[in-house]
Amino acid sequence: MEAFKNPLSFQLKAEDFLPADESEKQQLVVMRESTTFWKDALRRMLQNKVAMTAFVVIILIMLFAFVMPNFYPYTYDQQIRGSEFLHPMEYSEEEMATIQAGGSVFPHILGTDMHGRDMVIRLMMGARVSLLVGIIASVLVLVIGTIYGAISGYCGGMVDLVMMRIVDIILSIPDMLMIILLQVTLKTPLTNLFEAHPSLAWLQNLGVPMVSIFLTFSLLYWVGMARIVRSQVISLKEQEFVTAARALGASGKRIVSKHLIPNCLSVLIVTTTLEIPTAIFTEAFLSFLGLGVMSPMASLGSLASDALGGIQSYTYLLIAPAVAISLIILSFNLFGDGLRDAFDPKLKENKK
Amino acid sequence: MGAYATKRIGYALLTIFFISVITFTLMNLIPGGPFLSEKNIPKETVAALNAKYGLDKPLPQQYLNYMGKMLTGDLGDSLKQKGRSANDIILTAFPTSAKLAGISILIAVILGIIMGSVSALNRGRFSDRALMVLSTLGIAVPSFVMATFLLIIFGVKLKCLPTFGLRSAAAYILPCTTLAFYPMSYITRLMRSGMLDALDQDYIRTARSKGVGRMILLYKHALRNAVLPVITYLGPLIAYMVTGSFVVEKIFNIPGLGREFINCITARDYPMVMSTTIFLAVLIVVMNLIVDLCYKLVDPRITLQ
Repeated sequence: MEAFKNPLSFQLKAEDFLPADESEKQQLVVMRESTTFWKDALRRMLQNKVAMTAFVVIILIMLFAFVMPNFYPYTYDQQIRGSEFLHPMEYSEEEMATIQAGGSVFPHILGTDMHGRDMVIRLMMGARVSLLVGIIASVLVLVIGTIYGAISGYCGGMVDLVMMRIVDIILSIPDMLMIILLQVTLKTPLTNLFEAHPSLAWLQNLGVPMVSIFLTFSLLYWVGMARIVRSQVISLKEQEFVTAARALGASGKRIVSKHLIPNCLSVLIVTTTLEIPTAIFTEAFLSFLGLGVMSPMASLGSLASDALGGIQSYTYLLIAPAVAISLIILSFNLFGDGLRDAFDPKLKENKK
Repeated sequence: MGAYATKRIGYALLTIFFISVITFTLMNLIPGGPFLSEKNIPKETVAALNAKYGLDKPLPQQYLNYMGKMLTGDLGDSLKQKGRSANDIILTAFPTSAKLAGISILIAVILGIIMGSVSALNRGRFSDRALMVLSTLGIAVPSFVMATFLLIIFGVKLKCLPTFGLRSAAAYILPCTTLAFYPMSYITRLMRSGMLDALDQDYIRTARSKGVGRMILLYKHALRNAVLPVITYLGPLIAYMVTGSFVVEKIFNIPGLGREFINCITARDYPMVMSTTIFLAVLIVVMNLIVDLCYKLVDPRITLQ
């Protein structure tokens, strides 16, 4: 019968309509579980050896800076009489006497400075200050830049034009000069302010130089972030889900905070991570010029600056803070680069 | 070009105006005025001094006076270095810094372009990897760390190069290396990605299929396009040289404007700090303007937005 079938006939074969058996069903199952955007990024991140090494280094430095000082036998402002300018692992005469008498003295692993302060603990405190400055300043930049950029991008039109012109002008102001000027001039007004308002005491604990660093960052450095957020928001706000939200009656505030900002989260994370080394760099630069933290507090920049005076005979005092600061900046840079590649693999392909 | 240039010049003027307002306001935030900080001076003397320097007038009036003077090229007097005007100090110190910065910019641009191209052409090979490690380090190491390491190695341990002043040609080596290292690393990276981008383009393949020689292909077709991002970087580079000079001149004890500025800050010589800030800020803004206009000439595709 089959052989004589007219090719133009509409007669159907019965076996084509049999229910599929198990083996046929199996072929239609998706090979891999679908992953989310974040899981995908995490997977790529874990594969990136350089970025993961940088991440481990950052964690180690954080432990070194925030946890270890609590268990260390010396404090950062403790001046040990007779132990000035000890070389690494060296003991002063008094300490030798204690050891010979059977007592134990914790070694000065990196030596001591001109006031007999242990360098390891000063390095820890310095790293703590640098990391705190970097993280707090980046968060300030993140908050201000995101709000400003989102408003500018979402409103568009005249508002956008005016807001972006302001950004342009701030961008063309030489930032370092302005920071130095702010550091110089804000000292007295801030001290007066703290004295007049005891409620601001928690700010005073940070110290005037710190507060002015944060102030300058929140005045000048948010512009880059604002630009990035604005361009993201502009490209996102034309998409259908935003139109849908608007059609459902969502307010502008809700659209920005619930729909637009969560969608540029990956860009925000990358930019903030890369902002941290910039902030640390700036703080170190200012401390090195003598405009940063005040003695006896230490930051990596001020440690390097203090060591410069005795560079001929006490080189070791300089090497530790210099290496520490380079290591911190390098690992944050590499980690940030890794995050960028993980979130946006297309970008990496273009760069190659 | 005309409209573009007018707009850019307008922005530059606006920026300079803002900088002068910020500087002026900040300087007036310091309470007590410049004559109160030292010994007990009789009130009449302070009043007389204030009147002499026009500090008794309302602030907007003071600002206008200050700007009026500045427009005629008079930057005011130094408070601490008696009898020297800001003009005098800036004019004697600036050429030294400019020379240092000029040499460093040349080194950074030339070496950066060469290293970036070499790295791109040998992509994935050992020389590429080595250059990338070097430039990654160059970006992460702050200038003062770089300077002090050079100082230790060549000045203290090997004792083969002078570590302060600029009296001989050899004395330029360490400060210029320090200043040039970061921008050189940055330009190397810019150049590498620009070159890789350019080599991927269709017109390069077309040129190669026409039988254009390798050197001409690289120089005339690839390099000219790859070098564009480097030109945009020249603006920030000048700003970097200014801030870099503060550190380098402090470390190597070079009598330039950077060291002068730091000294003024530590001495709380406010009028000098203000004059120097305005001078350097205007310098940076004007240089940025020139770079932008040049970029427009080199690459006419660019628009203001």
